[in-house]
Parts: sequence; structure tokens; C-alpha cells
Amino acid sequence: MSGSVKATPWIANPARQRIIIPLVIAIVLVVAWQLVLTALKVPAYLIPTPVMMFTALIQDWGVLGPALLFTLKITALSFALSVLIGVLVAFIFVQSRLIELAFFPYIVLLQVTPVVAVAPLIIIWVSNTTLAMVLCATLMAVFPIISNTALGLRSVSPGLLAYFKLRRASRLQVLLRLRVPTALPYFFAALRISSGLALIGAVVAEFVAGTGGTNTGLAYQILQAGFQLNIPRMFAALFLISVVGIALFAGMSLLSNKAIGRWHDSESDRGA
Amino acid sequence: MKIASLVPPAPTMTTASAPMAIEALSVEKVYANGTQALRPVNLSIAEGEFITLLGPSGCGKSTLLKMVAGLIEPSDGRLLLWRKPVNKLASTGKHLSYVFQEATLMPWNSVLKNVRLPLELEGVPPREADRRVAAALQRVGLEKFADALPRELSGGMQMRASIARGLVVEPNLLLMDEPFGALDEITRNALDSDLLDLWQRHQWTVMFVTHSIHEAVFLSQRVIVMAARPGRVVADIKIDEPFPRDESFRLSKRFSEYAMHLHHLLVAASQESAS
Repeated sequence: MSGSVKATPWIANPARQRIIIPLVIAIVLVVAWQLVLTALKVPAYLIPTPVMMFTALIQDWGVLGPALLFTLKITALSFALSVLIGVLVAFIFVQSRLIELAFFPYIVLLQVTPVVAVAPLIIIWVSNTTLAMVLCATLMAVFPIISNTALGLRSVSPGLLAYFKLRRASRLQVLLRLRVPTALPYFFAALRISSGLALIGAVVAEFVAGTGGTNTGLAYQILQAGFQLNIPRMFAALFLISVVGIALFAGMSLLSNKAIGRWHDSESDRGA
Repeated sequence: MKIASLVPPAPTMTTASAPMAIEALSVEKVYANGTQALRPVNLSIAEGEFITLLGPSGCGKSTLLKMVAGLIEPSDGRLLLWRKPVNKLASTGKHLSYVFQEATLMPWNSVLKNVRLPLELEGVPPREADRRVAAALQRVGLEKFADALPRELSGGMQMRASIARGLVVEPNLLLMDEPFGALDEITRNALDSDLLDLWQRHQWTVMFVTHSIHEAVFLSQRVIVMAARPGRVVADIKIDEPFPRDESFRLSKRFSEYAMHLHHLLVAASQESAS
């Protein structure tokens, strides 16, 4: 049949669907938001319409832009620090059960203690505000990297481990050629979680630090806008934080797909 | 294409003059909880011989193979490879390869890199490694799939890759632990024939573990029959048939007689265990 040549329409591509379908939902929601608020005449100091929010975003860019950069800086620094510390600790844990046994409870303690509760202390102890914020956010983001990477490094296939033993591979060879590749999918899953936590940590730290002056991020803008009942600007700042979070998640997913997509089930359509 | 017909029949290697590759002197395995995995075994395998360990699950055939490989230690007895203890094999200049029941390939690496792994672990110079990997892939018929990932291959092809990885170290002793156990019968028969071709060309000593009577008869010069509870050797049967063996051997009367004989031995041994 001649019609079967174009049997797969452009929209049927699963990769495009993954972007288009949520996008359609977003447009529908935004339009509905605008229409409902206009129809009910809800005042802007309660809930602004999307148009007001985007207007605020453009008009206040002079304030919001630098704030965005500042929050991004804290997030990026603490995320990088989390990856560095997390991977290092995971490697140490895997070297000896005893070390893991001794220190793992304290790592868990760090994780379960709310950062908001510890943040004031850190702000007091560390005089450099930026550094204090980075530490708070790192405290939040480091745990998934440690636990996932350590789990991955241990999840080696017993058959392959026996093979390496049979070939008299050294400890280092087993680590680099077997444990590290096995841990990669676990590590990338941790990156996805941890990047989001670094952002949350950065926002929380800013709320607590709450300093004025030049070093202010999006969280501080939200606080300020709240005091001034400038709700559209508050929404605009919130919107920027969400966009950063989504971008981080998408970026980490992309990275994961590029690194392990060909061989690992979680990143491959064939695994489904 | 089979070139087996050009190869002279393998001489029977049980003559006294052939050097011994494997000597097990009262080798046994008892686990810490008192379970006797393997009663003392005495076994001599000549260089170039193809022997099969045949028996049901729990008869200790894999345990014996793993002890020969040095993967586990015997609890008692002496196990010699070319007259040296297992862990001194390197000093004899001989190499062994072990092929597992699963292909145990690294899923993140191509077939080529998987086959190359043992050479890289040993530090073989890259150019020589390239040459040997190419030769090994050709021997198992995977040269066109060098860049494929293990997941992109069928079970039989993954097993071929695993065998190529075993061959690339140019072993004198090939230990195979139910290597084709997970494959369908057609693929298994094809790989059995290919293995025999390779063995005839290279004259390795092969110790092959299986629970298939037919596979044991088809492949081996000698079948060591084993039984479970406790794991033990119950018989040592010579399969006195010429090589090359082809599909017609599988259909011959002699083949059935061997199979029947082994079957009776296994049944008798399992009744003995039960009583």
C-alpha cells in the first residue's frame, strides 16, 4: 500500500513525545491559570497571572538575573564538592568493611539531621557566607553519592569477580576494570538526585543566611518580595528555581545516557 | 566449513609415555559445617586428553574443576598440574583457561575488549595482543562481531566470545564448567562439534563438566562418572571411538550403547546414595 510509506507520523517518535506531551500539558495549565484568575478577578497580591509573572521576570531581570547567577554558583559549587567528597568516601568504604561499619552511621546522621536546623550553626561558625552556604548545600547533596557509589562498587557480578581472580588480577585492576564500570549506573542515578538536592540545599542555606548586600540569591529575592508583597516577583523567582531544577535533572539524564546508554538496561529501550 | 577431515585422528593419550597434566591424589573437599562435597578422588589425566566429569547436581564435579583451577582449596590430598602444586602452575610455563557456565562478559565492553581482557591483565604488548585477539575471534567465528556489545549477541554467540577469551591466553589446559548448559540443544551440538575441531588442532588437555550423558559421550575420550550425597567418583569409562567425530556418531549404535551404559551407572549410583 502506498499509504504505508508515511505510516509513522512525526509525532510518533518516542523521543519527541517525551518532550511534546509534557509541553502541551504545561501550555494547557498556563492558559487555564490565566483564564481562571482573570475570570474570578483574583488580586495580584494573592496569585498573579502568568502574564504578570513573566512581566515581572523581564522587568526585574536586573535584580533576578544576578540572583539566579548567585544561586547557580552555590548549587554548582556544592554539587561539585558533593561529587568529589561522595566518590572519595565511597572508595574508602569499599576498601574495608570495618571503615564502613565504623563511619556509615555518622554519614546517616548527617543525612537525617535537617539542614535547616544545622545551617544557623554553620553560618555562625564559617565567616565567609558563600562558603557557609556551599557547606550547607553539600551536607544535603553528598549522601546519595556516597551510598549509591558504594553500593555500585560492591555490586560486581560474582562470575566476573571469579574470572578476575582466576586471571590473578591485582586489586587495582579489579577496581578500575570491574568495580568502577559496574558502579557507573549507580553513580549516575545518584547524580540526578544529588543535583536537585544541591539546589534545594542552596535555597535553604540562603533562607537561613538571609544576608543583604551584594551576595544575594533567588531565595533572598523570594524573602524580600514576600516582605514587600511583590507576589509577581516572588513567582518569577520561584519559576527560575524550578527551571534550574529541571535543567539539572535533564542535564544529568543526558550525561547518564551518553555514558552508559549503550550497555545498561536502565538507559536503553531494549531493556524495557 | 569443517577442516577436521584434514586433521589426523588424535592418538589415544592414555599410554604410559604421555606426561601427566593433572594428578589428583586423594583430593577431597569438606566444608566447615561438615558437609562432604567431594570424597577423596584419585585421578590422572594425561596431556592432550579430553575428559568429561559427568554427574547430577551436587556430585562435586564443579568443585573438583574449581580446585584444579585454584579457585577453591582442597581440604585434603594433593593436586598437581604438570607435577607442580596448582598455585605454582606459572613456573611450569603452562597456562590454564576456565570457561564458566555463564558467558561472564563485561556488559560495558565490546566483544573485542572482552576477549582482550586477560592479555591486558597480564600486560601482553598491544600489538601481540591485537594479533592474538584477532586469531581467537576467528577461531570461534566471531570476527565480524568484534565491535558488538555482549547484549547484542545471542546466548550461543556470547558463549563463543567467552571461549575466545579462554583461548586467547593460548592455554595448555582448558577447564569448562557446563559451558553450554544454558543453550538450546541445536546450538549446543554445534558448539560441541566446534570445540572438538579446536581440540584436535591444538591438542589441549580439556576437562569438561556436564550433566548431559550425550554431550559426555560425544566429546570425550574418558568419562568420569560422579554421584551426589556425598559427592564421589563412581566410574572411569573410556569412550574408545576415533576422532573426528561428526553427527553420524550421535546416531550410531555404539553411541547409544555408551549412553545406556553411563545411564545405568548414574542410576545405580543414585540408588546407592538413597539407600
